[in-house]
Amino acid sequence: MRTKPVEYTGWGRTLSATSDTARPERQSSLAAAMDSMPAPPLGSLRSYGDACLNDAKPAISTVRLDRVTAFDADTGLLTAEPGVRIGDLVRRLAPLGWLPPVMPGTGFATVGGSVAMDVHGKNHHHAGSFGQHVTALALVTPKGRKTAKTGSELFKATVGGLGQTGAIASAEMQLLRCKGDVMMVTERRIGDWDEHLGLLDASEATYTVGWIDATATGRNLGRGVLEEGETGAGLVPPAKRGRRVPFDAPSFALSSPIVRLFNAAYWRRIPQRGRTVVKPIDDFFFPLDKIHDWNRLYGKAGFHQFQCVVPLDQAPALRQMLETIAKSGLASPLAVLKRMGPGRAGYMSFPMEGYTLAVDFPNRGRARHIVEGLTEAARDAGGRIYFAKDSVATPELIAGMYPEQAKWVKAVAKLDPERALQTDLVRRLDLRGVA
Amino acid sequence: MNETWIIFGATSSMARAFARAVSERGDAVWLAGRDLADIGALATDCSLRGAAHAEVLEFDARKPETFGPIAAKAEAAEGTVNAAVFVGSMPPQADIDADPSLLDGVVTDSHAGPARMLHMLAPIIEARGAGCVVGVGSVAGDRGRIGNYVYGSAKAGFHTYLSGLRNRLTRSGGHVVTVKPGFVDTAMTWGIPGMFLVAAPEAVASDILKAVARKRDTIYTPFFWRFIMLIIRSIPERIFKKMSI
Repeated sequence: MRTKPVEYTGWGRTLSATSDTARPERQSSLAAAMDSMPAPPLGSLRSYGDACLNDAKPAISTVRLDRVTAFDADTGLLTAEPGVRIGDLVRRLAPLGWLPPVMPGTGFATVGGSVAMDVHGKNHHHAGSFGQHVTALALVTPKGRKTAKTGSELFKATVGGLGQTGAIASAEMQLLRCKGDVMMVTERRIGDWDEHLGLLDASEATYTVGWIDATATGRNLGRGVLEEGETGAGLVPPAKRGRRVPFDAPSFALSSPIVRLFNAAYWRRIPQRGRTVVKPIDDFFFPLDKIHDWNRLYGKAGFHQFQCVVPLDQAPALRQMLETIAKSGLASPLAVLKRMGPGRAGYMSFPMEGYTLAVDFPNRGRARHIVEGLTEAARDAGGRIYFAKDSVATPELIAGMYPEQAKWVKAVAKLDPERALQTDLVRRLDLRGVA
Repeated sequence: MNETWIIFGATSSMARAFARAVSERGDAVWLAGRDLADIGALATDCSLRGAAHAEVLEFDARKPETFGPIAAKAEAAEGTVNAAVFVGSMPPQADIDADPSLLDGVVTDSHAGPARMLHMLAPIIEARGAGCVVGVGSVAGDRGRIGNYVYGSAKAGFHTYLSGLRNRLTRSGGHVVTVKPGFVDTAMTWGIPGMFLVAAPEAVASDILKAVARKRDTIYTPFFWRFIMLIIRSIPERIFKKMSI
């Protein structure tokens, strides 16, 4: 199997790696690659930190394994190779009345990555996590081909398992019915934190998310925009796709006064009484995909994303965290608050019933320090951080966040005793340490 | 319009991109190649992308007995039958130097096999007065170079065959497009040192479709390879023979 030395970064561009990378285009070559050079599988590299990095060690890119290999238009059962992108599924399936059951915030995420991170979406409170809709997995492990049925130990170790059980050769999933490829979106202005949580708790929409102005302080703390969406049929102009960010933005582009102004304008753009708009489906689910390489807006130094979830009764702790963020003057316009249901499918899945907060920080000044502090606060509140986002935590900071970690370590060790599948994140957080 | 594309060498990533592009237009695709399990996966993918019909056919350039059934099926098909050939093999020149018998396989895969197959389809295109043949050659076929001249010579032979076939089919309303790709980002070029300006297979597929629509005769893809090869072809042999590019 021929490999190529590839230099790459996580989406946040704070961490990078160089790997001898194999890029199989067929199932048979995927198995051959894992056989001759066991290595972690990589997808679109949309994890922000180093979950998708394996510096100075080999890697297997699955992006060319990108076919839908079975689809039943009556039952909505679909089998896809790991490199199929969620956004492509949306564009192809929505007109037929089906949607991926769970969609992360970017359509560039792959099916393989969505399994490995057990991703959640704007419908988590109803539909649960991605892995809960996966009905079967075919894996290529360092110990050969395996299949994993829902609920089995191997399945639970693979879903949310950070690629540590091998490469996903294909995933079978149950799609959700939708009315068409148009979204009816209701947007409401939210004045403060309590109102924000109240509206998230009360929302009965299929898809709900709260944009939060993470620069607002004082009585405006927690203000934002609640977005609720339902699929519908109709005719809207298709989403404009594919504008690029041609260069790394200078660091003042996202400096505190500019973000403050932008956020205020973004908030005021919604009329006082709220409004309902009709959008192309991918505009609602993947708003940032319109701008390719938007990570370059943060400049050369890149950015950190912090995402945690805390139990429902720990909302005050989350408010405290938001206060820290707002006071830091480092938050970017990208901040999201959401109520999660209990749905999760793997030992290392991120979701838990509670509130999740995600915020971007340009990589400068005290950003790392703040993220560390927030991670600690999340841990102390009985919550956890999302490994798909993390680039700064340490083994101590995440201790106890994932109560089923020991089961996962045991299952993973059986398939990969040589630890050939470890990524930079797994090593940094010593996730497999306690075998 | 009832258009069918027979795509030879359907496991290659250029062929995959091309098959998807014609599927999205609603054409029927017959995917022909050796790894039938792999092609089966592509067939489902093409159906979901809108192909009127997607079928898997066995085709092995080194097994002429696989050609007959394809020609017979094309004969029986309704509408316009088009063919796109993405077949070829490129073992490292050093391997061929060590074992000259490998040369036969390269010529069969890249020239003799596909040409014989096309020769069986040509009467069908003539009889229907319509149909397009896309033959994928290579910039390597424009001039023999020390690093790759066995592959290059096979592709050069294929180019000449396509040019003659174009001369023939034009008379009855058919058309032949010769495609000369530069470096394309496929499994064949992945990890080979010295690649530059590597094009995505999707870009190549879209160039090919444009060439088919406009009835172009020979295209380079990406387009700038026309100029690169113009320079390489105009170097006098006396100098070229001492170069290693």
